[in-house]
Amino acid sequence: MLASLFVDTFQFIGDNAQLLLQKAAETAELAFTALGISILLALPLGLWLGHRHRGLFFALGVSSVGRALPSVAIIGFGIAWLGVGFWSNTIALVVLGIPPTLTNTYFAVEGVDRDVVEAARGMGLTEPQILARVELPLGLPFVLAGIRISAVFVIATATIAGLFGGGGLGDIMANQAAYGLAGVLAAAVCVSALALLTAGVLGLARNAASHRMAPSA
Amino acid sequence: MTGFRVAGGGPVIPNFGHGSACLKNNGWFCPEWVREHWGDILQPALVQHIELTVIAVSVGFGIAFVLALVGFRFRLLNAPLGAFTDFLYAIPSIALFQLLVVFTGLTVTTIEVALVSYTLFVFYRNIVEGLRSVPAEVLESARGMGLTRRQTFWRVELPLAVPAILAGVRVATVSTISIATVAAFLLYYGLGGPIFQALSEPDIFRTELVAASGLAILLALAADSLLALAQRALTPWSRLG
Repeated sequence: MLASLFVDTFQFIGDNAQLLLQKAAETAELAFTALGISILLALPLGLWLGHRHRGLFFALGVSSVGRALPSVAIIGFGIAWLGVGFWSNTIALVVLGIPPTLTNTYFAVEGVDRDVVEAARGMGLTEPQILARVELPLGLPFVLAGIRISAVFVIATATIAGLFGGGGLGDIMANQAAYGLAGVLAAAVCVSALALLTAGVLGLARNAASHRMAPSA
Repeated sequence: MTGFRVAGGGPVIPNFGHGSACLKNNGWFCPEWVREHWGDILQPALVQHIELTVIAVSVGFGIAFVLALVGFRFRLLNAPLGAFTDFLYAIPSIALFQLLVVFTGLTVTTIEVALVSYTLFVFYRNIVEGLRSVPAEVLESARGMGLTRRQTFWRVELPLAVPAILAGVRVATVSTISIATVAAFLLYYGLGGPIFQALSEPDIFRTELVAASGLAILLALAADSLLALAQRALTPWSRLG
């Protein structure tokens, strides 16, 4: 039974490539919009707090509260507040996407060797320059690792929005009656592929960043 | 998404004729509803949710521990076992729940199997990393003191891996509490039950949504804090550094 299900799933992918691509594009649009906004919010805040060596409890708190937030509930809040639609889901995903990026960015910058920062200050760099030219480049691998965690989480959670008419691949996954179990699994394969692809790209960026930072001596 | 009402234990939507002003306006949080339905809706859901989590985390830990021992002892198997847990973790939860229904039906077992399979990823990684992180000099001196391989494992490697393992328990517990709410789209069980029920009303029933989600968040935070305390108590040496 499992074997035939496997065959059916790939059959479905072959027969409905058009539909799956279109739904995957919707999921990607939702997930990447939310991811972009969450980075825009989390990155500057994490950089600033890390640079000032302030807000340790805030950073730790955001990460543990962030993990504790049940995604269904957050998406539910979005809908209860704004009604079903692109923006209610986007806002919910932004909330869920912020914690990993914020926490990692904070610890990336906070953890930069203080002697290096002092040396930069001694060389006459202004605080924004220190942040942009010393702390951010040194912490970049860890920042990108955080963005990667956020990305995978947001993409996976974007499908839950499908349970409430959020569009995208989640629509197929939440509608076994119409698409069959093979359709549900086919959509799941597409979600995993999208998540793995995104994680792979961000992983490469992370490796490139840490390679560049490796001592050349 | 139909049939929740039957399973939910009586009508949940307030009687609009007799409800308070708060309920009539579908306010975000009406304490009187929470008081009235604590016993028949919220408390049972909370207890079920705790059961789901405790069982999933314990079983998942047991399975992952055995897998991690195998992956640690036989290095060649580490990569494939790690990849296997990665793969399980990458399956979107909505799809996994539906796939498992084929084998175990619309039962709590289905929910548990899915939850267990998601914990393996965190547990496996943390246990292996923890065991691996023991410095070579420490192992060297253990050998120098005449400890056998088995003794080295139980008396040196495993105790030193405890902080990493406990960190894994925290992450796995909190994420299990969160994922368990998703399961209720299939089966009215745990705190996801009232959450989905509130969301399936024509006008989302806000008080029920806020109360049940709030309980899920509080449960996760409480579990995280308790485990953090356990972590401190069990690894007194880590406070020295």
